Amino acid sequence: MWGIVRQNVGGASGLSSQVMRLRPVASAMRNYSSATKEMTVRDALNSALDEEMAADPNVFVMGEEVGEYQGAYKITKGLLDKYGPERVVDTPITEAGFAGIGVGSAYHGLRPVIEFMTFNFSMQAIDHVINSAAKSNYMSAGQINVPIVFRGPNGPAAGVGAQHSQCYGAWYGSVPGLKVLVPYSSEDARGLLKAAIRDPDPVVFLENELLYGESFPVSAEVLDSSFCLPIGKAKIEREGKDITITAFSKMVGYALKAAEILEKDGINAEVINLRSIRPLDRATINASVRKTNRLVTVEEGFPQHGIGAEICASVVEDSFGYLDAPVERVAGADVPTPYAANLERMAFPQIEDIVRAAKRACYRAVPMAATA
Amino acid sequence: MASTYLSKSHKFIIHNLKSKNYLMFGFINLSSSVTNSLFSPHLVLRTISPNLSNSSRINPSITFSGGFASVSGGRRFHNATSFSKDVDQLSNEVPSQQELNFPGGKVKFTRKRIFTSGSNDERTQCYRVLSENGQLIGGSDSLEISKELAIKMYKEMVTLQVMDIIFYEAQRQGRISFYLTTNGEEAINIASAAALNNNDFVFPQYREPGVLLWRGFTLQEFANQLFGNKYDYGKGRQMPIHYGSKKHNYITVSSTVATQIPHAVGAAYSMKMEKQDSCTITYFGDGGTSTGDFHAGLNFSAVMEVPVIFFCRNNGWAISTPINDQFRSDGIVVRGKAYGIPSIRVDGNDALAIYSAVYEARKMAIEKQTPILIEALTYRAGHHSTSDDSTKYRPIDEIEWWRDDQNPVKRFKTWVMNKGWWSDEAELEHRSSIRKQLSQAIQAAERVEKPPVTDMFNDVYDVPTKNLNEQEVFLRKTIKKYAQEYPSNVVV
Repeated sequence: MWGIVRQNVGGASGLSSQVMRLRPVASAMRNYSSATKEMTVRDALNSALDEEMAADPNVFVMGEEVGEYQGAYKITKGLLDKYGPERVVDTPITEAGFAGIGVGSAYHGLRPVIEFMTFNFSMQAIDHVINSAAKSNYMSAGQINVPIVFRGPNGPAAGVGAQHSQCYGAWYGSVPGLKVLVPYSSEDARGLLKAAIRDPDPVVFLENELLYGESFPVSAEVLDSSFCLPIGKAKIEREGKDITITAFSKMVGYALKAAEILEKDGINAEVINLRSIRPLDRATINASVRKTNRLVTVEEGFPQHGIGAEICASVVEDSFGYLDAPVERVAGADVPTPYAANLERMAFPQIEDIVRAAKRACYRAVPMAATA
Repeated sequence: MASTYLSKSHKFIIHNLKSKNYLMFGFINLSSSVTNSLFSPHLVLRTISPNLSNSSRINPSITFSGGFASVSGGRRFHNATSFSKDVDQLSNEVPSQQELNFPGGKVKFTRKRIFTSGSNDERTQCYRVLSENGQLIGGSDSLEISKELAIKMYKEMVTLQVMDIIFYEAQRQGRISFYLTTNGEEAINIASAAALNNNDFVFPQYREPGVLLWRGFTLQEFANQLFGNKYDYGKGRQMPIHYGSKKHNYITVSSTVATQIPHAVGAAYSMKMEKQDSCTITYFGDGGTSTGDFHAGLNFSAVMEVPVIFFCRNNGWAISTPINDQFRSDGIVVRGKAYGIPSIRVDGNDALAIYSAVYEARKMAIEKQTPILIEALTYRAGHHSTSDDSTKYRPIDEIEWWRDDQNPVKRFKTWVMNKGWWSDEAELEHRSSIRKQLSQAIQAAERVEKPPVTDMFNDVYDVPTKNLNEQEVFLRKTIKKYAQEYPSNVVV
């Protein structure tokens, strides 16, 4: 994973191997050019939580193992010592319970950040996420708003089997009343988590376990405690003119790698980091497709009713005339995730799959036979 | 917090492992017939398996560290007949222990293999202050209530009763689509509300409009919600009886059963963090106690030590499911102890008992920052809702017995009348006044416009998203173009 992404920001590669701990706006950093500091996604999330908790006493964290254990994935490390057990609450094992309690506390004015050890476990709490959180503002006609954030790792990790590997982007992305965010880099993690915590609506924040340890360059602006990214705006990670590739979370890294490979074959790919599944930035996606005329969507989740299906429909609705080729969807295999390493690798998109799909969309390869 | 607890006990156990007379965690699986003399190291790992013929003694030299591994993975078998021999042998070797210092408190050991009975030989007693015929029971613990409070309580119980009759009729006449009554639970509604303060947050299920009525929701406001007109505080988004009012601290009724229970705990946590002089109260029926949310809510509330009152309206029926098909415990009150929550069972048809219990519960909840469980025994004298005909699954004489003899309104009326605070004339006058107000409210609500089209798209989010704005524009265009296909009374 370490070698996958290096954003090309002028001459930063020399310092990219250093992983530095966050310090609040260090003026010494201003001596360097932008994006020379690196930060892991884990530290990005931790620092964002820390800063938001410091800024607003109503923000508190709740979940299994978030306190004494410092977080199952160490995202909440140090927070218990700093803020105490009232604001970093270790819970009994009941997702339904602590999700419901989080929602109740939000009804009364607190701003909970609920951690699911993985979003696979959120299924045990999904009634509270949807019926108690997402719909409350609407059903109460604005009398009850729920400024809650549900966060945790989503999608596959490595060798964790079927019940720990599902992607919930499509499930939560279909619910009105929720906002669904999917950070990729450390900048995304910081900016989107802060935006999520400050947002008065319920937000589902889908992280990725394998990205936690990955380091990304961060600018001084990103490190500032007031940094925030807008919800609902996608980011064009790499500009191109021949084909649009949309992706989110870990797949952004794969898409960027695929784009480098395609470049050698003379295909100039534009990679869009969705950042937000709901609201989906249809404008950016469509503008890009109108420019390139070809689209490949990439996701780790199951293909049926997935994110790619929604993006394809959106493009067909808004930019049909601009398409020069059918939309290609690259998604996870339509099977519960197997554990064996070789099978698991075949169950999820790899860089080669994205490259092949892009070539098919450019009519550079024979299309796969359609199945009935 | 759970894991703090665990880490403390972990250190505790490691400390005590060093003194060899100690039982390990895994050992709890032994039946209670384990005697004191078994607390010697080499018998620690036995499980008693009487059907096995082979006996293999555990090597007395096994130390605890080795033992740890075998607790999880190994099995030791012991022949039942050689059991007592070991005991005699060992009682000379090692000092025995009377109790186990286990997290949560000391646990005494017993040599008797007794299973606690699952059945209800002696049921938890029910707190009551007024007898069926409205007489104060001598020597009962009860609070003095003033004449004004008593009259107000009685009047609101009558209002609730009349409101239910008239709105139910309105549904039968096709004027509203749905309704559900609180027949038989008027005392629960009004008396519990009367014992609370206005800043106590209420998390209702759906059979508690009386609490909202007590707090000042008007008959017109009720009617507006039922008709879903533009004055409805819910903007016409919910089915009838899903009332909600921020200004009265009454959280909007939600159809999902028992989700309000953990919500109430979370809100109580918020109150505790803000050190407010208030509590939350949540209501639910006997059926709601079967849910996972009930378990999680009660368990958490005890762990988090928050000021919440859990009020269970045990009215005998969850639609057509009688309580015997719902659970086999002695009602709900016994479950409180299982969670470590102080609990009480009250007569749900006795307004004074309910008032007194809730008043005291509130005091305890706030002063001690503890949850309280109240189970009120009552009866759902009406049908579950207008979609139900309960005579199909329960005997009519049962319904009539509860509706007549145990009627909470009648009982309280007798008491206030005996005190000289109420009269038949006052009764007549009040009932006819409420009836008139209700029919006016219904007529007015019926005539008011429905909410405008904007109300379809706002409140989904704090600020509508782009796609919602686009959809709204598109809808308006369509309505304008095909006006004849849309109802004329919707404001565009």
